[in-house]
Amino acid sequence: METLLQQTVNGLVVGSVYALVALGYTMVYGILGLINFAHGDVLMIGALVALEAIRLIQLYAPDLGLIPTLLGGLGVSVIVCMALGYTIERTAYRRLRNAPRLAPLITAIGVSFLLQTLAMIIWGRNYHTFPQLVSTTPLEPVAGVFITPVQIAILVVSATLMVALLLLVNKTRLGRAMRATAENHKVASLMGVDTNKIIAATFIIGSALAAVAGVMFSSNYGIAHYAMGFMPGLKAFTAAVLGGIGNLGGAMLGGLLLGLVESIGAGYIEDMSFGFLNSSYQDIFAFVILGIVLIFRPTGLLGERVADRA
Amino acid sequence: MKRSVMMLALAGVTVTGSAAALADVVVKIGFAGPLTGPIAHVGKDEQYGAQLALDDANAKGLSLGGQKVKFELMAEDDQADPRTATTVAQRLADAGVKGVVGHVTSGAAIPASRIYEQAGIPAITPSSTSPALTRQRYKTTYRVIANDLQQGAAMAKFATEVLKAKRIAVIDDRTAYGQGLADAVVGSLKRLGVTPVGREFTTDKSTDFAAILTKLKGAQPDAIFYGGMDAQGAPVLKQMKQLGITAKYLGGDGACTAEMIKIAGPAMSPDVYCTQAGIPMDKMPGGKDFNERFKKRFGVPVQLYAPYSYDAASALIEAMKLANSAEPAKYLPQLQKVAFKGVTGNISFDASGDSREGGVTLYQFNSGKWEARP
Repeated sequence: METLLQQTVNGLVVGSVYALVALGYTMVYGILGLINFAHGDVLMIGALVALEAIRLIQLYAPDLGLIPTLLGGLGVSVIVCMALGYTIERTAYRRLRNAPRLAPLITAIGVSFLLQTLAMIIWGRNYHTFPQLVSTTPLEPVAGVFITPVQIAILVVSATLMVALLLLVNKTRLGRAMRATAENHKVASLMGVDTNKIIAATFIIGSALAAVAGVMFSSNYGIAHYAMGFMPGLKAFTAAVLGGIGNLGGAMLGGLLLGLVESIGAGYIEDMSFGFLNSSYQDIFAFVILGIVLIFRPTGLLGERVADRA
Repeated sequence: MKRSVMMLALAGVTVTGSAAALADVVVKIGFAGPLTGPIAHVGKDEQYGAQLALDDANAKGLSLGGQKVKFELMAEDDQADPRTATTVAQRLADAGVKGVVGHVTSGAAIPASRIYEQAGIPAITPSSTSPALTRQRYKTTYRVIANDLQQGAAMAKFATEVLKAKRIAVIDDRTAYGQGLADAVVGSLKRLGVTPVGREFTTDKSTDFAAILTKLKGAQPDAIFYGGMDAQGAPVLKQMKQLGITAKYLGGDGACTAEMIKIAGPAMSPDVYCTQAGIPMDKMPGGKDFNERFKKRFGVPVQLYAPYSYDAASALIEAMKLANSAEPAKYLPQLQKVAFKGVTGNISFDASGDSREGGVTLYQFNSGKWEARP
């Protein structure tokens, strides 16, 4: 029981990072029908920029407390990533908006390589130690479950951002314009919506979320690396598909579910398969679940629209 | 070329008995290792070690088959890259080297070994530790350092006998290195009558190990062995602490690094141990003297494996002495009979070409650094 509870907590922590990144994929897909493969690398840039900013803050303002330093690093990283998201959209995707669907997809993969290579040139191939400004010492265990302050922070921050995003999309003017653009951007523009602006805003918001996810990821694990965005990016994309790509609630649900499936799968796969499979099949397990869900619900768990895109 | 012309001129002017010196037979010994790139310092260090051994032999003045010989080192850069390693090996073979000290890394040594085998040139590696290298059973492949099997055995013995651990769990990253090392530990544990309480797997790209560690926690291990590199080894250690796992942490040479200490930060404690093939300089029988001579000759201190490459080169020369010939075909069989006291200890080889006494050192983390245990 203790183990199951601990695995659930492990899964929720990993899953909430997936969910936050998955939102970025799903927002862009919802509006443009484009799978932005560079999104995971925005996460990586977010973490590395925050690392650099925190180093500078620690150098020039060593008396600033731990949390203000982290918030400062996070702030810089969010702003840089917003600018990066806008630049990517403006330079790489906008010209291809009416091109055949394959062109922007390949471009997205290209942007991903570009970002990784740039990061490799700037920050080198080595693993960097990310300063863990929120404590990673576990709190007094409750019911045998260990959780650290940074993990609690991850859960709280992700939940807050997800609620904020839902409110933004469903309750504000900008959100209404985004939904209109997603439905049909030609008609939306006829109705007076500046779709270029809306699409740029989508990229900017998604990139900001990725930056936050990157900082949380690195704060939890204490490392940052030029290739760190690849795995979370892939997992978050899977989560978005699992939940129903294009659907915000689906991305959140898919992310949390994928985290849980992975963690519980790794913990129990050996017993469930009577010792035939082991934890080296951890990743396969997640994709088997994805396959099964897609067989019965081709549009994902919460996807309603018939896939007229992709 | 220029240099030999100059030396000839010099010999003619100064030495009266220069006819004998001119008749010296030059024996070329190859060296291959990374001389550029991120681990160039390790390669250069080994090159110097081999050079020093040849200098020493030349100073003594060695005669083989009635002719005075002069050893020359031909150093090539394999960039620690498997493909470059084969090119370099071919170049050395074509240049007619009589023996090779190298390569430095297992990734380079394994593909290159095939070329030396075909050319019939003995190659002794000072620092490649992969069991796969000598498992090929090539007649020309030798090594003077402990392999990963010996490393795993040393760790298993230490964990059960010194740490008195009874419940040991093993994790590896499914790479050739990590898996090989973890399997060696498991095999040795079983021979010592200890069955691991858990065996989990991850990848060399993972960052989250909470799920497998939580599972291992249920098995209540006294110690957890991680077979892999520091980039994953350090987060594994950190996440053990985060999950309240108090088991001791054991690692192989991939985690026995300064990088491990840097990434794991406050999670490091005297409960963290690792093994490293080879023994530290101050524990080597000829270590102190070697270090001083090395510094005097090259102006830099010994980095890592230079004493091993000195012994590798010496082993080649010893075999040549036994055969009274520098011809690979003649002295190769004698490598099996070589037995001498090198800088690092007694050097002799078993049937597969591994060092009989390959030392393994256990390190414990203590006050900010790795400390060799006696």
